[in-house]
Amino acid sequence: MQEKHILICAGTGCISSGSMQVYEALKKELQKQRLESKVRIILSGCHGFCEKGPIFIVYPEDIFYCGVSAEDVPALVTEHLLQGKIVERLLYKDAQTGEGITSHAEIPFYSKQKRLALRNCGVIDPENIDEYIMRGVYQGLERVLRMEPQEIINEVKGSGLRGRGGAGFPTGMKWEFAYHNRQDKKYVVCNADEGDPGAFMDRSVLEGDPHAVLEGIMIAGRAIGSDEAYIYVRAEYPLAIRRLRTAIAQAEAYRVAGENILGSEFNFKINIKEGAGAFVCGEETALLASIEGARGMPRPRPPFPAFKGLWEKPTCINNVETLANVPLIIRKGSAWYTTIGTEGSKGTKIFALTGKVNNTGLCEVPMGITLREIIFDIGGGLQGGKKFKAVQIGGPSGGCIPESLLDLPVDYDSLHSAGAMMGSGGMVVMDEGTCMVDLARYFLAFTQSESCGKCTPCREGTKRMLEILERITQGKGKAEDIPRLERLALAVKDGSLCGLGQTAPNPVLTTLRYFRDEYEAHILEHRCPAGQCSALLTYYIDAELCTGCRACTRVCPAEAITGEKKEPHVIDEEKCISCGNCVERCKFDAIKTK
Amino acid sequence: MTNSIGEIDNADVMFVIGANPTAAHPVIGYRLKMAAKNGATLIVADPRQIELVDYADVFLRLRPGTNEALLNGMIHVILAEGLADEKFIRERTEGFPEMAAVVKKYTPAYAAEITGVPAADIRRAARLFAGAENASIFYTLGITNHTTGTDGVLSVANLALVTGHVGKPSSGVNPLRGQNNVQGACDMGALPNVFTGYQGVGERGARFKFGRAWGTRLNPRPGLTITEVFDAIYTKEIKFLYIMGENPALTEANLHHVRGALEKVDFLVVQDIFFTETAAYADVVLPAAAFAEKEGTFTNTERRVQMVRKAINPPGEAKPDWVILSALARELRLKWNYATPAEIFQEIARLNPAYAGISYQRLEKEGGLQWPCPDAKHPGTPYLHQDKFVRGKGLFTPVEYQPPAEEPDSDYSLLLTTGRILFHYNTMTRYSGAIEPFKPEEVAQVNPADAGHLGVVEGETVKLSSRRGHIAVRITITDAVPPGVIYVTFHYRESAVNLLTGSALDPVTKTPEFKICAVKMEKLATAGA
Amino acid sequence: MITLTINGHRVEVEAGSTILEAAEKLGIFIPTLCHDPRFTPAGACRMCLVEVERARALMAACSVPVMEGMAVHTDTERVHAARKENLRLLLANHPLDCLTCEKNGDCRLQEYCYRYGIAESDYQGARKEYALDESNPFLIRDLNKCVLCGLCVRVCHEINGAGAIDFTNRGFYTKVAPAFDDALEASSCVFCGMCVDVCPVGALTPKQGLRRGRPWELQKVRTTCPFCGTGCGLELSVKDDRVVGVKGDPASPVSRGQTCVKGRFGLDFLHSPDRLQKPLMRKNGEMVEASWEEALSLIASKMRGLRGREMAGFSSARATNEENYLFQKLFRMLGSNNIDHCARL
Repeated sequence: MQEKHILICAGTGCISSGSMQVYEALKKELQKQRLESKVRIILSGCHGFCEKGPIFIVYPEDIFYCGVSAEDVPALVTEHLLQGKIVERLLYKDAQTGEGITSHAEIPFYSKQKRLALRNCGVIDPENIDEYIMRGVYQGLERVLRMEPQEIINEVKGSGLRGRGGAGFPTGMKWEFAYHNRQDKKYVVCNADEGDPGAFMDRSVLEGDPHAVLEGIMIAGRAIGSDEAYIYVRAEYPLAIRRLRTAIAQAEAYRVAGENILGSEFNFKINIKEGAGAFVCGEETALLASIEGARGMPRPRPPFPAFKGLWEKPTCINNVETLANVPLIIRKGSAWYTTIGTEGSKGTKIFALTGKVNNTGLCEVPMGITLREIIFDIGGGLQGGKKFKAVQIGGPSGGCIPESLLDLPVDYDSLHSAGAMMGSGGMVVMDEGTCMVDLARYFLAFTQSESCGKCTPCREGTKRMLEILERITQGKGKAEDIPRLERLALAVKDGSLCGLGQTAPNPVLTTLRYFRDEYEAHILEHRCPAGQCSALLTYYIDAELCTGCRACTRVCPAEAITGEKKEPHVIDEEKCISCGNCVERCKFDAIKTK
Repeated sequence: MTNSIGEIDNADVMFVIGANPTAAHPVIGYRLKMAAKNGATLIVADPRQIELVDYADVFLRLRPGTNEALLNGMIHVILAEGLADEKFIRERTEGFPEMAAVVKKYTPAYAAEITGVPAADIRRAARLFAGAENASIFYTLGITNHTTGTDGVLSVANLALVTGHVGKPSSGVNPLRGQNNVQGACDMGALPNVFTGYQGVGERGARFKFGRAWGTRLNPRPGLTITEVFDAIYTKEIKFLYIMGENPALTEANLHHVRGALEKVDFLVVQDIFFTETAAYADVVLPAAAFAEKEGTFTNTERRVQMVRKAINPPGEAKPDWVILSALARELRLKWNYATPAEIFQEIARLNPAYAGISYQRLEKEGGLQWPCPDAKHPGTPYLHQDKFVRGKGLFTPVEYQPPAEEPDSDYSLLLTTGRILFHYNTMTRYSGAIEPFKPEEVAQVNPADAGHLGVVEGETVKLSSRRGHIAVRITITDAVPPGVIYVTFHYRESAVNLLTGSALDPVTKTPEFKICAVKMEKLATAGA
Repeated sequence: MITLTINGHRVEVEAGSTILEAAEKLGIFIPTLCHDPRFTPAGACRMCLVEVERARALMAACSVPVMEGMAVHTDTERVHAARKENLRLLLANHPLDCLTCEKNGDCRLQEYCYRYGIAESDYQGARKEYALDESNPFLIRDLNKCVLCGLCVRVCHEINGAGAIDFTNRGFYTKVAPAFDDALEASSCVFCGMCVDVCPVGALTPKQGLRRGRPWELQKVRTTCPFCGTGCGLELSVKDDRVVGVKGDPASPVSRGQTCVKGRFGLDFLHSPDRLQKPLMRKNGEMVEASWEEALSLIASKMRGLRGREMAGFSSARATNEENYLFQKLFRMLGSNNIDHCARL
């Protein structure tokens, strides 16, 4: 038998769907079949296709199995490894034809992607530095050791790389500011405080390719003249933290970090700081305060961290995904990098695709791809063939983009002009059953509770916006609530201290912009067009379907249903509290809403 | 202080010895804490774990009464390691060889043996202090309230001179004066040996100057200090005592002796704002106005003369001290005719060269002025000894360590040390409606080991006695005091700690040894008190 | 030096100055609730928002440093709208009990609402509902009135160093409290009272002088603290011949407005009923009230009968320079150098 490599995904998604059990079962089975010496198992980072996990790839033939469980292992070993037969039932099935696809490159989820930041994720063992070095990692570091800081900065500036954490500030410029601010001590900070619900791109990079991030950090350090970095990671990412610690220890042992890196005069120390899970700590000044041991509250900018950052020293803060791109730019050159993406947005962006699409997971796409391609090609369209309504981009403070803008190219400026933002790359797809007012309320409830409470507009304003939205979804909205909400949203956006408050109104502003009619329906007609706001639903009984079984009358807490036995019943709209108990109870689908 | 309070902000190294500024000089305490927080090095030497220790880089927990051994040990390290400022010593000081000879035997090991401070810490403190760009020493009564108080002050000066840390901004010797106008009272000559402006009563020129100004002949013999006055009452040499605004019946050491003297003196006048413990012994009590009821000036610890302004009228028939003194002078047929404190100040400025350039007009316009301020154009002096010392060259004085007058023994096995707490100021705050209910009684600090030994518990009231008297006092059990040491403040008449303290004096300044005496602690029940 | 324009007026200020400082130089009004030049800028209240040409968002004048050629506008509709919205938001969560509030007339929230014509807020909804904290003898904490400017937190951390209070909770439920929401007296608070002095609204009120006078009725007298040797500057508030309030004097070169518990809260000894009000003389072993004439003539007669060296006088480190001077002058003129005071204690 030819020697095989088997990659089992050990990303958090696959671990939770059972990949470690698959791993154990495989080890056992190989022992049983005496194949240990012939097969090497590699626990890889995330492949992104979490929807279909656990993922199990056999090399060299590159066969992509998904949804593998421990029970499938004996069959895989016997049939595939020993007999050379592909196990059809574990292949990915084409959504249209239903046929099995063997190579992941042919799966639509992957075929439109361009994996740069995720280049090693799912390909190598994140806990083994040798695999990185084989893949060319640390060549970028080696190269910058021979470059002048300004050359490094020029390279990054030339690549057009912009911050992937949300705001999209040009990375090279940020470095240049920190570089020109000559002081004895400077810091690099890697922002790995990924706080958007549902976002896990940074986590996947850290878990799947920690050395790429370390290399990016050290290149930044070399460029700005720093010798120490902090990686601020959420404590909720234990696997990422473990792999980072392992990676730092290995890098130090290999002299690609620590003292006299690669025999040069360059020293660099990397610390890990675990964050306690406050959303606002993703904001750079709050993050710095948190590293300093203070309460994670934003500080006014300017002065920007590049001038006065951690412990008042010049500090360059970059996000994980940004830093993961850096070694590649250094290695392959900025000219190569600029071939990918659009005029104003170079390179790729990772999105966490979620919501009502078929293929949820992590995808990295070239800038400029349209929303339609992401949602319908990579995402495989909407679940249950429902109609697309909107996509929320950029996390809880992103904006909702309607169907009419599906062909919008995904880049910083287009998204901004549509009222959304790149953000960290959350992408929530909604179908026609989603109430946009309720959606805005939902996101506001999140940002409101995560407001640090420091500045007036965010602390008080998001609360009042939430209260107005709650009133509207409860059918207690007033006509003047819409202009009031708009006025307030603009004030919070314009007046807040940090990015959290400045963007928190986005879901409200975009839904007001694209789905104003839904607000009006709630307020003026006391109607929720999506049929989602329970307080606004009017229940009635379809006399045709009602058998008069009386089941509904027994569960109605408001005694709103009356009717003779075996006669069609009626609901008293005045008494009805729209709890929905009767709907669940009715065996004949006779209770309807309008 | 040789320097200004504001200079703390720029200090590199601050050495606080025998001072508890966060309690006794809170605003200076804030500055020291913030300077330490902002990166300045803080060295604290104290038997107790005072609040500043939390901010300190080095904590030298020395046995009470061993300041001179510690300072000599530090100077030894500085000389042995070549850290002294030789240029400064050469150009601006004298007496160095004699001092160096004495310090020779104070190796860190020897100093450690006396002080109980690890030798390594003594070395570290010495290196930090000597190596600083600028360094200030702050001390208060923890240095001076000993029979060796003068030696302590001289040792502090030796340390500053040997490192050249004096005569520059943020570098110098800074006694923090305890009371609002103790600096001013000294400047004014409320001392037995000097007229206003430290002009000796024994100096012919000074006597001539003041005699002419006051139109009288003046006594050339220095008078008696407070403690000597009490002794002289017992010997009938003093028959009349006039006490203005002091309360020795509570705040002096060895109270039995003091109270006996107050009892004995032929005629006692007490002039105060309250009917104090001392007033109870008086023949006449005169009601005085408080600070907010009169005009005048105070001089603070950094030599800054500042205005005190009248806000309200005195209660009843109470009068400002200056009004009372003027009236008495007239009664004594002296030709005093002061209409305002400003007139008195003009007379002071004429007689005290350091105050010559200060006037009420300037104080109103410019705020406080720091003396020396020799003429009306002079901006005042933020720090002293810039180019030369008052006496010319800075003088080193050899200082040997000497043990305290009274040390714990088998009968009185604990060492009592005294001081203040943040919330009270001597006895005045006991009349505050806000503060008094908050801190109504003494809480003595006892180390857990000593408490365990005697079987006393937190909050228990114990009997403390010395060879001179006894008090009952509630205790708290804390590591803030080292084993064998008990700490009591002097604010409370109900547990007047000076009934315990001794009357041993510093031979030069006649300051009593408030900071050390031997006591024993007993359970109240067994003591039967 | 940096040149910029504010509302079209050119002004030159030092590099590193803030827009607010430049505006102050021009005498242009910018409202602030959370600003104090002694502390790290917070940029929290957002009252000082101004429009800067070519900047996307409004900028906080208190913290944004000036730049060459900057063009600032403080009076545009957008700026006014933002300030008004802030006031509406603050007012929606603030009791309107100005009639009985100690801060009435000296409250910055009140002042700005007046200036911008915000009488009430059109936001209904949740309000803070915290119990009044009156547990310590020095100050009352009414967190319902707190606008979370953070000045108290900063004075506690950056000036006092006690760090007794900080922000706790998040979002709308943020409040300032000691660790674990303990009472102040159980925290590291040393009751310096500086938080009270910086509070722009009625959230922190000293108990001294409660209901004893409105801010505009008080006469202010600047003086020097009578406690320790530091010599802090104090500003006394006086009404009806009573000291009803004390604050640190920010103009004092010594204390720059700082105080400790004694100077800030301990001056009520002035009005103690135990103050001596009449001379007393011992007659037949009893202390009885006497007239000044009687008392002084008795003292003088005793002194006249003695030689200088038989008399002694203890002067006072508590009294003024002038009084100490007179005291030693008096004794020395009578031939006695037996003058001392407690310099050694």
